[in-house]
Order: sequence, then C-alpha cells, then structure tokens
Amino acid sequence: MLRARVLEERLITMYKQGDGFFWIGGPGEEAFSVPLGLLVDKGQGVDHDYMHLHYRSSGTLLALGADPVDSLRQMKNTATDPYSRGRNFAGHFSVRKWNVVPVTSPIEVQFSVAIGTARAQRKATGAKGITIVQGGDAGTAEGDFATALVWSSRKGSELPMLMIVTNNRWGISTSYEGQHGYTQIAERGKAFGMPTRVIDGNDPEVTHQALKEAIEYVRTERKPYLLEAMVSRLRGHSSASGANVVKEEPDCVDLFEQKLEARGLLSRKQIDEKRAEYTAELSAAAKRVREEPMPSPGSIHDYTFADVNHVGGES
Amino acid sequence: MATMIQAIRLALHVGEKRHGVTDIFGQDVGPPLGGVFTGTQGLETAWNTPLDERGIVGTAIGLALAGQRPVGEIQFCDYAFNTIDLLKLAGNTYWASGGDWNVPLVLMTPVGAGIRGAPYHSHSFDATATRIPGWKIVMPSNPLDAYGLMLSAIRDPNPVFFLMPKALLRMKARPGEQLPGEPDEKTLNQMIDAPLGDRSAWKPRWPELEDLFTPIGKARVAREGDRVTVITYGRNVAMSLAAADELAADEGFQTEVIDLRSLHPYDWEAIVASVRKTTRVVCVNEDTEITNFGEHLIRRIVDELFYELHAPPKLIAGAHIPLIGLADNLEMASVPQKGGIKAAILDLARHEA
Repeated sequence: MLRARVLEERLITMYKQGDGFFWIGGPGEEAFSVPLGLLVDKGQGVDHDYMHLHYRSSGTLLALGADPVDSLRQMKNTATDPYSRGRNFAGHFSVRKWNVVPVTSPIEVQFSVAIGTARAQRKATGAKGITIVQGGDAGTAEGDFATALVWSSRKGSELPMLMIVTNNRWGISTSYEGQHGYTQIAERGKAFGMPTRVIDGNDPEVTHQALKEAIEYVRTERKPYLLEAMVSRLRGHSSASGANVVKEEPDCVDLFEQKLEARGLLSRKQIDEKRAEYTAELSAAAKRVREEPMPSPGSIHDYTFADVNHVGGES
Repeated sequence: MATMIQAIRLALHVGEKRHGVTDIFGQDVGPPLGGVFTGTQGLETAWNTPLDERGIVGTAIGLALAGQRPVGEIQFCDYAFNTIDLLKLAGNTYWASGGDWNVPLVLMTPVGAGIRGAPYHSHSFDATATRIPGWKIVMPSNPLDAYGLMLSAIRDPNPVFFLMPKALLRMKARPGEQLPGEPDEKTLNQMIDAPLGDRSAWKPRWPELEDLFTPIGKARVAREGDRVTVITYGRNVAMSLAAADELAADEGFQTEVIDLRSLHPYDWEAIVASVRKTTRVVCVNEDTEITNFGEHLIRRIVDELFYELHAPPKLIAGAHIPLIGLADNLEMASVPQKGGIKAAILDLARHEA
C-alpha cells in the first residue's frame, strides 16, 4: 500500500516537473486495490482470472508483481513503456501474460467487455478462472453497467463475474447525490438476484476478507457478485484539477499505519524508513527513465493490424 | 445455386467445424429463429442475446480477448450506432496496448436499402465503418464472395466487419459461381433450410463444402472494359453491371466494373490499373454523399492520378438526408439506381478530354 502511494506521489511529481502530460491514478484506493491484486489467480488464459480494471488500479498492478518503474515509463511516455509504448496516459495498464485487459479511458466499457471473458470461462469445463471487472461510482450511470447486470444474471447462463464498484462519491466535479437517487449502488444488484455487499474500502483487513469471500463465491458458484467499496479520492480526479492533496477524506495508508503502530507491529521509525526507501528508489528511477528513448514518429503505424493471433496462442 | 444468406450460413458452419468459431450470437440468432434473415439457422454455436447491441459488441471483444473466435451480429446496422465507442475499442485495442492484445472477431450486420425498409432498416454503414481504424471491412456482392470472405474474416486475427447487403441476401449465385462442393439447389434447400412453423425437432444436414478464402483487400474485376471505370461494392455491383451491359448494347462502349469487396484494406493497385486504362471513373455506393468512402477514393485518385484523368471523377451516392423514406418513390430517389449510374457513365464516356 505504501509503495503504491509513493508511486502515485512520484507520478504526480513527474507531472508537475514536466515529465508527463497528464496524471490520473489511485491515491485513496490502495486499501482496496492492493488486497485485490494479492487475491486474484494470476496467469494467462481462461483458467486464470481476467481483470478489467480502471485507471486507479496501480495498487492492484503492484500487488500482482508489476515493476513500478514501468508506470514511470508510461507517465514519461517512453518507447519502453510496456503497457502502451508511449501511447497512453498513466494508469492505462495492459499485461496479457497476467490477463490484465487494457485499461480504457472511456468509462465503463470494461463492464460490457468483461461479459465476453466471463462467458469464455463459463464454457470452459472444470475451469476455476473468473472475471473481475472494476469501475467507479459515477461510471455506473453508463448503460454498460446495466448491461453487465443483465447479461451476467440470466437464468441458466449466469456468468462467473465479480463486479466491483469503488465508490469515492465523485465523478470529476459531480457529487454522488448529483447523479444517484439510490443510497448504495450495490442495491441495484439485488433486483438481479445476485449477492451484494457494501464495505469500507479504506480498511485493508475488511477489504481482504470481503474480496476473499466474494472471489470464492464466484469461483465455486460460477455466478455474479456485486461488491461496492467506499473509498477516498485523495488527489482529486486527475492533474486537470491540480492533483493536490485532499485533507477532508480518510487516508487509508495513514489509518493502516496508525493501526500497525498501535498493535506494535511496526514502529513509526520503520514506516518512515520504508517510505524513504521507496521514495529514493522511485526518484532515482524517474531520473533514469528520463534518459530512455521516446517513440519514433514512424512508429504511429505499428500495431494497427496483427499478423498472427496472439490471444489465440500464436506467436 | 445457394443464395447469399445460405452461403453465409454455410461459411459459418464451416467456420464452426474447421476454423475454431466458438460463438455465433446476437438478437434472435440462436434457435428457434436462427436469424431474422435465416443466416444462422441450425448452427451449433448460435445463441440468443438480450436486446442490447452494446452487450453484443462488448461480449465479442471479451470472447476474442479470451482466445475464442466469436461472430457477433447486429440485427440491422441501423442499430449499431449506439455501439460506436465499443467498435472503436475493438479497432484500437491492439494499437493502444502496443501489440499486446489483438482482437480476432467478426461482426456481421445487414446494411443498405432495397427492401422498402423504411427509416430504420435502410441505413448504410460503409462510410461509418471506414471511419473506425483498426477494422477490416468486407462487403460481398454475390454468394461465392460471401462464402469466401466470411471464411477469411473468421481466420483473420483482427476485427472484421462483414457488411451484408440486405437486398442481395436472397440472391442466387450465377452459373459457374457455385460454392465448392455445393449440392444442387433443391437438395441444398432440403438439407439446410429450417421448415416453417415448429422446428424444435429439426436438424440441418450439412453438405461437405471445401474451404475458400477470398483474400481480404483484393478487388474483383466484375466486368472488363476500356472506356469508363465504375468502383463499387455490395448491392450496387449488380446495378452497375446492368448499366454497363445496357450501355454496351446501346452505345457500343465497354465499361469496367470493379467490385471492391474489401473497403479496408482496399485494393489500390486494382483501382490504379483500371483508372490508368480508362482515364474516367465513377464511384458508386449507397451511403450518404457527404464524407462518403467514394469521396476518399476520388481524393486519392485526383492526388495520385490527376494527369492521367480525361474527365472529372464522379460520385453517385445516397442523398444527404436524415433517413430513407418508405414509399417506393422516396426510397428510389434516396439511393443510387441503375438509371443514375448509367447517366453518369455516359456523361464520363462523352466528356471531351
């Protein structure tokens, strides 16, 4: 969690120093995103879990084992950025070897796409892989969210799909009350006969347990589940709103540090040392990334069409 | 002789049996109906979806990413417009992920006018499709090409639009254009067409057909000529051929008709060869005329072949109006007809260089 936070802070610093054009990310979601990454069945193909994440999922990627320097590369839009080769904004991950489907800027389309990977997993006999799809609260107003509820819950054709809403109560500048008439988004799942739950997404012990139960349910029952986690948005929507610190919302990293201190599991000194170590590591990495090659103008045509079917196992 | 819709159904069957097709789906695509145009009757992997085009396109993308071979259908292209951002996503995922995830899917949808389909069963989609990079786009004009292009689309590792000219779906193949291994017409109908009424106990008997892969990106010279070139596709191919035949009989000159078959990638070499020969060219298609695909072809022809032209290129396209009206007169006046094509060819032929 701390490393994910330090990574986001470094990305914001890079943005402010001119080493990137735009920042968007997940400070305030680490208590949810990190446990998610720790709990998924990581791998390639229908036997493992597919992840349709959003642009606040850096904690999940780090927990999966991603190199944080790769996020710096995407921020700096270098040719070495393994997620998009300098083509996309920060936080737009893509890792086929771990079933991390490309993160998109259009909000909520991942809820329509997730139906397809879940259907492939439903058909695979004996497979235990599930599809995990995540978006924010504002995005649930899009039709794709309703699409996922309808398609995943059809009687006799239920899909092994964990739908996650991380609710930070904002859609850029629009408040939760400004767009939702219902109290909780998870309520909507009840009409479709699926288990639902609302949890405190700022407490990693709560999220770990709840995610474990939800994943287990979907994995064994092969049916959908809707989980809503209340989280914070600690740096605003993106760099477009300044990416400045928001003091009014709970900070899950602070809260967890306090808890660990109170329980005598870590001292303040140890925590500070860890933070200093991660900060130094990423500060040095950011300097190195600055020297890495930028994509060439001629590369704009690369990867328009595939010659072989990579997703079909050809190489 | 198989009709175009039978040829498509046969290609989908061959796709299921031999080329890894895992899912054929859309509204009313599965049993009992098997498609509003019968295109998916009796297919093993056909299934019905909710009435939700966004779900259909999203599912196709997801299945493709999971290593499946999906063929999705939008019942009429008129209803594909609410899926545009998902169509963009299918077309840009390979690029945006820097070559990480390709998206092998086929999306088929009936397009165009000709059946008195009124405002919302008459739209064209070719101009819109060509505005979505990352897709290959094919549009057959006869059953044989429908069969061969569908099999190529199924095997392609990229998203492919398979645009079905709905006015031609019941059109039979011409002599000499039967599908490889196709039985006689009566036998074929008995084998693969579902009976009317209760068909719960019906099962198709599939003929043994051979593979045919009509290359995507390769045009067909549908008629050779030396005086004027018509570049067209889909429904307007037969119309252009008839216009050319009549002009040959009445005026004594020969018109070349290029059936593009693929809109992207398109066969520029075939266009260049024909335009060099005739020096006069008209593009014909049904989509609305402003920002029409034919306009692109004309722009490129003017850019690259200007000094070889002996007449200003022409575009015969749909009127730039909001919709196509139902009444005979309205539909006929809204999209190209044989008379208009003929007049344009004649005008080009008579133009003094």
